[in-house]
Amino acid sequence: MLSRDDVRRIAELARIEVPEEGLAAVQHDLNGIFGLVERMRAVDTAGVEPMAHAVDLTQRLREDKVTDTDQHELFQACAPQVEDGLYLVPKVIE
Amino acid sequence: MFDHTLPELAALLHGGKASSEEVTRLFLSRIERLDPALNAFITVDAHKALAAARAADARIAAGEAGPLTGIPIAHKDLFCAKGWKTTCASRMLADWVSPYDAHVVERLDRAGAVLVGKTNMDEFAMGSSNENSHFGPVRNPWDTARVPGGSSGGSAAAVAARLVPAATGTDTGGSIRQPASLTGTCGIRPTYGAVSRYGMVAFASSLDQGGAFGKSAEDLALMMNAMGGFDARDSTSVERPAEDYRRDLAKPLAGLRVGLPKEYFTADLAPDVGACVIAAVDELRRLGATTVEVSLPNQALAVPVYYVIAPAEASSNLSRFDGVRYGHRAAQYADLNDMYRRSRAEGFGPEVRRRILVGTYVLSHGYYDAYYLQAQKVRRLIAGDFARAFAACDVIAGPVAPTVAFPIGEKSSDPVQMYLEDLYTIPVNLAGLPGLSVPCGLGAHGLPVGLQLIGDYFDEARMLQVAHQYQLATDWHRKAPPGYGA
Amino acid sequence: MTWEIVIGLETHAQLSTASKIFSGASTAFGAAPNTQASAVDLALPGVLPVLNRGAVERAIRFGLAVGGAIAPRSVFARKNYFYPDLPKGYQISQYEAPVVTGGEVAIVVDGEERRVRLTRAHLEEDAGKSLHEDFHGMSGIDLNRAGTPLLEIVTEPDMRSAREAVAYAKALHSLVRWIGICDGNMQEGSFRCDANVSVRRPGAPLGTRCEIKNLNSFRFLEKAIEFEARRQVELIEDGGTVRQETRLWDAQKGETRPMRSKEDAHDYRYFPDPDLLPLAITPASMEAVRATLPELPAAMRARFVEAYGLPPADATTLTASRALADFYEAVVRHAGGEPRACANWVLGELSALLNRLEVEADASPVGPAALAGLVRRVLDGTVSGKAAKDVFAAMAAGEGEADAIIEAKGLRQVSDAGAIEALVGQVLAANAKLVEDYRAGKEKAFNALVGQVMKASQGKANPAQASAILKAKLG
Repeated sequence: MLSRDDVRRIAELARIEVPEEGLAAVQHDLNGIFGLVERMRAVDTAGVEPMAHAVDLTQRLREDKVTDTDQHELFQACAPQVEDGLYLVPKVIE
Repeated sequence: MFDHTLPELAALLHGGKASSEEVTRLFLSRIERLDPALNAFITVDAHKALAAARAADARIAAGEAGPLTGIPIAHKDLFCAKGWKTTCASRMLADWVSPYDAHVVERLDRAGAVLVGKTNMDEFAMGSSNENSHFGPVRNPWDTARVPGGSSGGSAAAVAARLVPAATGTDTGGSIRQPASLTGTCGIRPTYGAVSRYGMVAFASSLDQGGAFGKSAEDLALMMNAMGGFDARDSTSVERPAEDYRRDLAKPLAGLRVGLPKEYFTADLAPDVGACVIAAVDELRRLGATTVEVSLPNQALAVPVYYVIAPAEASSNLSRFDGVRYGHRAAQYADLNDMYRRSRAEGFGPEVRRRILVGTYVLSHGYYDAYYLQAQKVRRLIAGDFARAFAACDVIAGPVAPTVAFPIGEKSSDPVQMYLEDLYTIPVNLAGLPGLSVPCGLGAHGLPVGLQLIGDYFDEARMLQVAHQYQLATDWHRKAPPGYGA
Repeated sequence: MTWEIVIGLETHAQLSTASKIFSGASTAFGAAPNTQASAVDLALPGVLPVLNRGAVERAIRFGLAVGGAIAPRSVFARKNYFYPDLPKGYQISQYEAPVVTGGEVAIVVDGEERRVRLTRAHLEEDAGKSLHEDFHGMSGIDLNRAGTPLLEIVTEPDMRSAREAVAYAKALHSLVRWIGICDGNMQEGSFRCDANVSVRRPGAPLGTRCEIKNLNSFRFLEKAIEFEARRQVELIEDGGTVRQETRLWDAQKGETRPMRSKEDAHDYRYFPDPDLLPLAITPASMEAVRATLPELPAAMRARFVEAYGLPPADATTLTASRALADFYEAVVRHAGGEPRACANWVLGELSALLNRLEVEADASPVGPAALAGLVRRVLDGTVSGKAAKDVFAAMAAGEGEADAIIEAKGLRQVSDAGAIEALVGQVLAANAKLVEDYRAGKEKAFNALVGQVMKASQGKANPAQASAILKAKLG
């Protein structure tokens, strides 16, 4: 069962604002989902290899060639805020 | 004409009986007239469509036409199409115009198909009812008080209502097959890796696969011929020779072994749906197939596993929507982190936010092994069930969805009830197998029911053969929703 | 009671590929903002990564060069966190299954050779850059660097002083350039170190460590470690405890300070990237890379000692960079042997010149063939060692080849016995007092007489020959 603090913690990790007054509803929904998921946790999977991909293949490699050209004006056409070719964001603190 | 299958339309177009421009205008006018009640489209661009139609007419005149040249189609609005808004039915991307084409878009373009519009969907493909759209729910043409299914509900409704002869979709947990079933259309989800994911906005990368809707198995084969094939830009695209998905359509079913998973025919299945599916299986037997009971013992774990893996991948895939380079940015914020939190809370709808939170939790420190890793292990068990089943049969048959289309609003307040809608489709995605849905009757309230066929890896041609042979013997697939037929 | 400093380094070496690790955008440095950020680098919706063969081959080269194990199967994972220079909201990196594990790098400190063990080396992508100049109180984001291939090389906590850490960093810097996987340009950020520093009483368990980020010069690395160790010791001696944290080196103030952006305990939610399949490296592809590896510095150093008879210290210096070692071998080849004389010239005049010009040996204004030409002229007695230095200076100034300069400046050594005998005769006649002193047993007088002969020849007489003739004449 997720606590209110769990919800606050994952909301912050996911960078999604959940207002205090909305916490209880989100907590309720998430716990419903984890109730559904619970069934899977009890399965004995000793010795089973995790399946990360739907295909059992290995990575194909690209030749090391420059194939992309400058399209920054096209790419920045939909940007929220740009100046001098840079994307602008609220001040970054190191 | 609007009731035609793709080969029928192609015959008119290529035989000089109609021009693509005429056909395109016909479908555009149907969209204009009928879509306001359905909300199947997010974007329609008559100007672009007619230009493409005229180009297709020139190709036909020059004798350079392929089977899809001049045929109007629609793309689910998560396929990037250069110069088109590609919204994923999200406020996050409500104004985003893609600067590039998805592989699927490129391929259909090259085949000469005429893109008329982008279809509505559950936001970022998360949903089974099409109620989770920033642009409002899609309505089922069979009963506009009901859902068309989801997440590719717009494409399904558009094809069902004869607003477009064929459309693309994506299927992560049933998002093509389930709406096909609920709208009486045909829908195919190919083997993972058969259709490039390049330019298809990701929901859950290891489960997502592009596919198509049409009015017949042959329509699906033609769409797959254009969409399928290797693409070096998708590392999970499988490198294999191009195939003609129509090659086995004409073969009779004698000797075919159809597997019936006993876990698919239980009390979870509504009796009206069960009756239609069993009748369809009887028909396959009449056509020369034999049936064999198979077992998918871990089937009941598929939904729980899916709701760990899909949200986990989604939580990461959707991190790029941060209000920096494109997409929604909140108007008010205190600092950088506040900008992120508000932009994402405002830009994503409740279901997307919910799944991001679930995914974040199952990947987070201390929970990864118990949830994510465990889900991946059970996923392998589920895939193993299918491998054993296919040792005893050539194709698996069963229901697509447990019920016919349900009323809008009925399940939207209970995420878990909604998730259980996909219990017969999700195992296929987890295993990476191909599956399709073809209409096989009318159930409660005269609403369509789909038959699900599941094939072995890259055995789409056989699945399509079974569907086609079934359609030669029956006419469920020709039934239009009342008021939308010829 | 003394304190022991324990240091481990994490180095990010930018791999010298033409294109990025997962996209076809150029990696060239210095382009206008965002002009080398492709759709994939920008993480536009729907784009997918495809792995660059060049990056994989460079990782294999490194693994082979340090004697590490190359994983037959390695996995790319997503490291999830939000930062504006990280377009996808995750960095693709290798986590549980890196491409290289183990291996070691030899270092020489105070003439003693030691080995630093490597934990692992893994492939990952670089992030973009945040520019903090004022854009109306906002930061500007340039994503040209996003997706540049990096090899992150992690050591065991094997170093015990800032000097050892610097020696390791320099040896690694030399090695990555030696095997041609990284240009080593530290100003451009192609080679950056993070240092994990802790202190303890000798024999005690490891103390709590702090990670110091982005040390982009050897000098900063040394100063930052020294500062950080002192800070920790003072903290503990004052009764405090060290907090595990990420710190930033402030070069202006000469101190480390906590990084505010890393203040939250991070939960990176690593998981295998579903967009990338496992990377398989077959024995055959590994051998293909091995076949293209140059002789490594340690092997070359041993060969220089054994085959050329060089002192170990000279062999170490000559193999400090591939460019210098290659240069030296070319000089020996052109000179037709004489490895010791060649080494003296390369380590002496040539190295001084390179230092002055701040260039590598491969950019030397005096090439190996030209230097060999001069060495030959010294050995065959055409010029004296002293005059040869002037010839070298003229060669460095672009005045031509050794022979031409010797002729033009009239620096040819006189070895004609008749001519030298005549000069000796003149000197003996003019310096009766010195001759008398010599005969009285004053050895110094002999040297003075040789000096007079050299002076009379304007420095061109062969000094050995002059002293032999003088000795004979004096009986």
